[in-house]
Amino acid sequence: MNINLTLIGQSIAFAIFVWFCVKYVWPPITAAMEARQKKIADGLSAADRASRDLELAQEKASKELHKAKEDAAALIDQANKRAAQIVEASKDDARKEGERLIEQARAEIQQERIQARDALRAEVAALAVAGAEKILETSVDAKAHSEMLEKLAAEL
Amino acid sequence: MAADTPVEYIKHHLQNLTYGKLPEGYERADGSLVDEATWTFARTAQEASDMGFMAFHVDTLGWSLFMGMLFLGIFRFAAARATTGVPGGLQNVVEMTVEFIQGVVRDGFHGRNPLIAPLALTIFVWILLMNCLKLIPVDYIPSIAHALGLEYFKIVPTTDPNGTFGISIGVFLLIIFYSLKVKGIGGFTKELSMQPFNHWSLIPFNLFLEILVLIVKPISLALRLFGNMYAGEVVFILIALLPLWIQWTLNVPWAIFHILVVVLQAFIFTTLTVVYLSAAHEDH
Repeated sequence: MNINLTLIGQSIAFAIFVWFCVKYVWPPITAAMEARQKKIADGLSAADRASRDLELAQEKASKELHKAKEDAAALIDQANKRAAQIVEASKDDARKEGERLIEQARAEIQQERIQARDALRAEVAALAVAGAEKILETSVDAKAHSEMLEKLAAEL
Repeated sequence: MAADTPVEYIKHHLQNLTYGKLPEGYERADGSLVDEATWTFARTAQEASDMGFMAFHVDTLGWSLFMGMLFLGIFRFAAARATTGVPGGLQNVVEMTVEFIQGVVRDGFHGRNPLIAPLALTIFVWILLMNCLKLIPVDYIPSIAHALGLEYFKIVPTTDPNGTFGISIGVFLLIIFYSLKVKGIGGFTKELSMQPFNHWSLIPFNLFLEILVLIVKPISLALRLFGNMYAGEVVFILIALLPLWIQWTLNVPWAIFHILVVVLQAFIFTTLTVVYLSAAHEDH
């Protein structure tokens, strides 16, 4: 327990150790630690950014989806309208065609009636002449009485 | 070993291996006279004490240098291989220690000085390693040394006041240096003479008080560490005097308790160093 030169030796050793630690030990360790801290902080902020990006993308995707749905609905609506128009138009056409056909039929009927009436009329005239001949016991000169016959026929 | 009685055993275990200068005409323990002043190993405690200041405790110096180099070697190795990626086991331990010291410095030091943290790290780990030598059973290393022909061998440098005062004097010089650097000679003188009583008539009293406070700092640092370690060592030696079969009942609890003391004393030395240096940096 004597105080001696050991004291000075110990102080010198202490000074050298501190110097070495300050110069060669402390800086690399703390630098590595700080670099790692920065790395971790960067990683965390990158993850934050990525999740924000994801959120934005999801929002965008849902918007697109919504828009697509709206577009589809509009298209269907339009198609429905168009189909209704087409149906309406074809109904119209059919009705017109029907009317035309009816008209045509009517015209034909009219014509046939006229023809029938003419034929009937001629027959009636012939019958009348024959009847008159029977009554008069003479032949009626068709030429001589044609004027009267025609008058008769017109009255029928 | 020269340990026939318990008292001799204890004294023997508390004696450092001393290499020093014996004066001319000195009568050695075996009765021979020294013809001229020579440097030699002390053979007895009396010789070691008669060597005076011109002597080295070879064991203290050797083991403290070894422990310091062990600390620097391990930490330098880890520092050179430090990665910013996932740290390995050694790097983890080293970084934990560094972070712990950073915490101590953050709490205790209120200036900006890049020297303080590595200084605190050096003090903490070095003293911790030196204290840990105490957990080696008290007879192992001295027995080996004895077999090698060395009479005395005390391996724990912190049980030698030279070992602890050597560090605290270094701290004291830093306190003086930073006080002068930060406050200037005028500021430091004023701090010593105008506190705690700011009146010219009380300057001598203030000076006496403040210089006492200043000088007590390194002494308390060194003596606290030395006292704790020395007392613990004495108890270990006393336990070693008991019969072999009963020793473990006292030895084991005391050693377990000393795991705490070893770390605590290193921590206290470090923290107080940081606090004292912080005070040296504070300009009033």
